[in-house]
Amino acid sequence: MTFSLPTSITQILTPDGKLVGDPPELPPEQLLEFYRWMVLGRIFSNRMVALQRQGRMGTFAPLNGQEAASVGLAAPMQDGDWLVGGYREAISFFMRGIPMVTLMEQWGGYIPISYSPATKVMPIQVVLASQMPHAVGIAMAMQYKKERNAVVAVIGDGATSEGDFNEALNFAGTFKAPLVTVVQNNGWAISVPREKQTAAEYIAHRGPAFGMPGYVVDGNDVFAVYSAVEQCLERARNGEGPSIIEVITYRMGAHTTADDPTKYRPSDELAEWKPKDPITRYTSYLRTLGLLDDAKAADIEAEVRAELQIAVERYEAERPAQRVEKYFDLVYNDTPPQLARQRDELIRALNREQ
Amino acid sequence: MPKWTMVKAINNALDLKLAQDPNVLIFGEDVGKNGGVFRVTDGLQAKFGEERVFDTPLAESAIIGSAVGMATYGLRPVPEIQFAGFTYLAFHQIVAQAARLHFRSGGTIDMAMVIRAPFGGGVRTPELHADSVEALYMQAQGLKVVIPATPYDAKGLLIAAIEDPDPVLFLEHMKLYRSFRQEVPAEHYTVPIGKAAIAREGSDISVIAYGAMVQASVKAAEMVEQKLGASVEVLDLRTIAPLDEEAIVNSVSKTGRAIVVQEGPRAGGVAAEVIAVINEQALYSLYKPVLRVTSPDGPYPFTVMEDDILPSLDRIAAAIETTLEP
Repeated sequence: MTFSLPTSITQILTPDGKLVGDPPELPPEQLLEFYRWMVLGRIFSNRMVALQRQGRMGTFAPLNGQEAASVGLAAPMQDGDWLVGGYREAISFFMRGIPMVTLMEQWGGYIPISYSPATKVMPIQVVLASQMPHAVGIAMAMQYKKERNAVVAVIGDGATSEGDFNEALNFAGTFKAPLVTVVQNNGWAISVPREKQTAAEYIAHRGPAFGMPGYVVDGNDVFAVYSAVEQCLERARNGEGPSIIEVITYRMGAHTTADDPTKYRPSDELAEWKPKDPITRYTSYLRTLGLLDDAKAADIEAEVRAELQIAVERYEAERPAQRVEKYFDLVYNDTPPQLARQRDELIRALNREQ
Repeated sequence: MPKWTMVKAINNALDLKLAQDPNVLIFGEDVGKNGGVFRVTDGLQAKFGEERVFDTPLAESAIIGSAVGMATYGLRPVPEIQFAGFTYLAFHQIVAQAARLHFRSGGTIDMAMVIRAPFGGGVRTPELHADSVEALYMQAQGLKVVIPATPYDAKGLLIAAIEDPDPVLFLEHMKLYRSFRQEVPAEHYTVPIGKAAIAREGSDISVIAYGAMVQASVKAAEMVEQKLGASVEVLDLRTIAPLDEEAIVNSVSKTGRAIVVQEGPRAGGVAAEVIAVINEQALYSLYKPVLRVTSPDGPYPFTVMEDDILPSLDRIAAAIETTLEP
């Protein structure tokens, strides 16, 4: 099957909060829920950076600027669907049921304990694009089991240069796997701009090349992302195969707490993207609809901050609980004798050193 | 009892597991209609259908990576990499993904999968088809590495590998595929992973080997016995990771002398690890230093030279004789 190349960026909600297309038909509670998740994401991200600066958290990848994309890609998912992401999808993870404390544990350097096949979320993947073949494999397993489920895979613009991204899309196209790939094109791969990753105008051009449709949407417009993902999920569920959606967004912060974007990024760029902030435009829209006012916004923010505070306290309280026994138990299902001996030796040594 | 080659024994193990467990899927390059370049999967697609046994695009990383996804979803994928030298293209997915997801997920996700790949020298394959890759994968914590030396063990170990909740790299020596037949039960049985076997009992020296070097060591042992009247034990490791340290220590403690034979290059190899185990746990049983018979530390050569670099019967026998000297 031949698909045509996407040539423009689909937008439903402008940076001024005006509609220029049909928004998804959603009840007011859900529209407010989107807002709450976006606010939660930004507050979580800022708090994680602050905790890292205070020496209470490990390296963290802030998500500021990508809140609409993260909400829009997770919201249309259904119970049986799987989310397979990289490391900047905290909001999507939370929306799929991963507790905040789990991501704190993982970024804090502890063994995360709340992932499981039951959560239908793969653990954070830090090696770029490695998650893509996993996403395809899960989608192929769903297909083999004749289920009407699908996988949403998330990847950044830089990672689309990796072999695994291209091998995985080729697999997905060939097997017609129920996979929706969302490329969060935030413009930067640490210090390398998007134009140094590919000479193609859009990353989504890769879609037609692999026998699947490719779409480009405004990633700071939660409606545009939601609608595209919803349609592609429906297509996947109907056995029509995979698709790729490139969402154009902007990484407003650093790559991680370990770098300083002022060293490599033109200063006017951030100023140019500030008015396109996904939360600002969605706030204006909700205010126009009469769903949000100052009091309501303050309530939501207070609620989110309280929720976050509980998670931080739990994370810090549970920290001493992880010991080396757990480490050895996780290498294999049944610990081989030499590993058991190494465990005992290490525990004896640690006890002596205390 | 039927007498089967290793190819037939492996094919039969796959056949049995496909029939027993609907979660078992076989895929890779040319494994479908063609039945694999060595005919290991011959007839399986015809019997079980294209949903269970299928060809994939030629992409080793995606073959292993998609198996990781399937295992996450509860299937038991048995992907084939056409030659072990091609696993270099999937190294990341094997070492950093399949081997580590159990750990990374806090023990909640099992990577029940078996990666099958032919390897080994002496059969005149083009470059990079014959590499002994096992030492590289010994350092992939969380992965098990199994190398059978006989048709009986190949079937029992493969069934055990498919039933194992952890990922297994199952390396099949090409030279052993059809080199000899052995009685193999047609029904389901397992050979335990992580357990070595005494291929030939003896009391004067232990020759520790695996894969095609087991047969070579047994032949060399016979040569030395005839010449010197010494009693030579050959220990077949069968599993490279995790090593059966107990069996190694028991054999060496009994004989007091040992050599290790491996087809791969010397430095940082399986033999080095075996000798470290002997050093730590059985040094005072030894009368002589433990020698290694290996390929040199160079790339696997083009075919004309391969018989020169592989451990020969004479070299194995000479190492045994040297170690037997008082």
